[in-house]
Amino acid sequence: MDPFVQHTGKVAALDRVNVDTDQIIPKQFLKRIERTGYGPFAFFDWRYFEDGATPNPDFELNDPRYDGASILVTGRNFGCGSSREHAAWALKEYGFLAIIAPSFADIFANNAVENGMLTIVLPPADVATLTERAQTVEDYRLTVDLANTTVKDDNGFAASFGVDPTVQHRLLNGLDAVGLTLQQEEAIADFEARRPGWLQSS
Amino acid sequence: MAGKTLFEKLWESHVVHEEPGGPALLYVDLHLVHEVTSAQAFEGLRLAGRTVRRPALTVATVDHNVPTADRGAPIADDISRRQIETMEQNAAEFGLTFYGYRSPNQGIVHVIGPELGYTQPGKVIVCGDSHTSTHGAFGAFALGIGTSEVEHVLATQCLIQKKPKTMEVRVDGALPQGVTAKDIILGIIGRIGVDGGVGYVIEYTGEAIRALSMEGRMTVCNMSIEGGARAGMIAPDEKTFAYLKGRRYAPQGSAWAAAVANWRTLTTDADATYDRVVTIDAAALEPHVTWGTNPGQVAPVSGSVPRPADMDTADEQAATERALAYMGLEGGTPIQDIPIERVFLGSCTNARMEDLRAAADIARGRRVHANVRAMVVPGSTMLKQQAEAEGLHEVFQAAGFEWRDAGCSMCLGMNPDILAPGERCASTSNRNFEGRQGKGGRTHLVSPQMAAAAAIAGRFVDVRDW
Repeated sequence: MDPFVQHTGKVAALDRVNVDTDQIIPKQFLKRIERTGYGPFAFFDWRYFEDGATPNPDFELNDPRYDGASILVTGRNFGCGSSREHAAWALKEYGFLAIIAPSFADIFANNAVENGMLTIVLPPADVATLTERAQTVEDYRLTVDLANTTVKDDNGFAASFGVDPTVQHRLLNGLDAVGLTLQQEEAIADFEARRPGWLQSS
Repeated sequence: MAGKTLFEKLWESHVVHEEPGGPALLYVDLHLVHEVTSAQAFEGLRLAGRTVRRPALTVATVDHNVPTADRGAPIADDISRRQIETMEQNAAEFGLTFYGYRSPNQGIVHVIGPELGYTQPGKVIVCGDSHTSTHGAFGAFALGIGTSEVEHVLATQCLIQKKPKTMEVRVDGALPQGVTAKDIILGIIGRIGVDGGVGYVIEYTGEAIRALSMEGRMTVCNMSIEGGARAGMIAPDEKTFAYLKGRRYAPQGSAWAAAVANWRTLTTDADATYDRVVTIDAAALEPHVTWGTNPGQVAPVSGSVPRPADMDTADEQAATERALAYMGLEGGTPIQDIPIERVFLGSCTNARMEDLRAAADIARGRRVHANVRAMVVPGSTMLKQQAEAEGLHEVFQAAGFEWRDAGCSMCLGMNPDILAPGERCASTSNRNFEGRQGKGGRTHLVSPQMAAAAAIAGRFVDVRDW
């Protein structure tokens, strides 16, 4: 997993609530068995016209002002719906390293962490401020600092965010969860020895 | 000391390791696997030189992608076929039980788990699918996970999980005739919103929940995720035990008695408390129909499509405006004035025997409306055979419904079963998101009875008057 320590980048605003993973990556792209190659299909049905190739100028992220954005600011319950990790893969390939919202769907938030992408929960008023600045300030940038758990811009915005210490440690060091868990081999084996007989096989 | 909730009992009995302030390492008793979210996980194992820790606790099938017509023929879509073949190869390579495309036990993973007796009270159950919450109907802690977590469970048989908060949703009273489990859960989501359950596990309690069959309980738990809760659960009782007894992978012989004795302890103690409590009056519920593009955008069948101005917040007004534009609806339109062109009876939410029987009762001796194409997709191949033994397929076919093979089908339209742009569908599935059933398709979520009645009337009608 790629580590996430500190990042300064351009901010794009997608001012919608309850953005579901069916929108982030529509189902027709889930048939692939690879872990990469989803970026071009992120937000496919919103991003392109019927022909699947011509960008729809009405879709917020197609605004040229957001070209090269790496931080997404969006509405509450982002990533709701399907568990498809393809949504996190697609957003990361699209270029986002951090997503800021008032809340995230639980499964999506886990999937993001597994891919070294930081989800930051800020109060709705802060998210509204950042959304407005992204929409109005040319080349609006934020600095996200995971070690100090802060989000700052150059115009006086500063907020701190909460993060689970284990998640923080994993992201800062880019640690593979499977590798960490395998260090608990003894505890897992002990647990297995205690399981009741009727659960021993499915 | 205060008592414990059902969830807390399950949680505590599955913690393998925990560090202060950190998430827990939970043991997984059953890992269900399907073709769409597993290929990258198996590839990850191969790249790291790892194996599946407990193949005996891992069960795989193919459901999302499979065609539901002409199972004898090869799968025409090359990419789908490759994904299905990859699942088969991975199951063989890693030594997993696998119910393949033409297996008599193939079906939607959340239908075959209970049907074969894999799903049991007290288990921690995971699957790379958000509707894994279905299995909570048996008093299991069952939750959907992402592909990286699938890889983690394959390799370690454990899941890293932060302890969720608990929410009781108590449904008091008795359901009126014509009102179903689907209407309970749509009513709940309408109340708490699509993010009301984020960070929580829901326990459904109350007289109306106790009165539901196991099928009905599965319908309720299935859509917990649509209210934002990763898991929903119902304490096991005699109905649960009766459902499981004798099923192929349920405990047998002396193990059965030991299991049931344990399962009887899986209830919330009288003095336990939840972090949040929501109460619903079953007697006040009506059949529900979603009008928008998420399951919380729902109205009773006697009601109307809302206007953006009816909403409390600017966010909700904007979301309503967007939803109405997508759905091609005007605020103020009575629900029963909405015409439909397609009907989908299927999915892990509502494609079990009880659902098929209820829909068949509505369809018996009637004809699907001339403007409507209706399909019935049983949840599993076993269930399809059972329904055929009861003659339900003849009832549906005589009424003009298509009777198809088992799979997820038009719930998410990964196979050829999709809506055309602009087509409006009454669907027994779980998500009415934009494009869910096909780009530009318009989905209205309803119960099986409401879907069957809509197929015949060509518009939504109130099944209480049927």
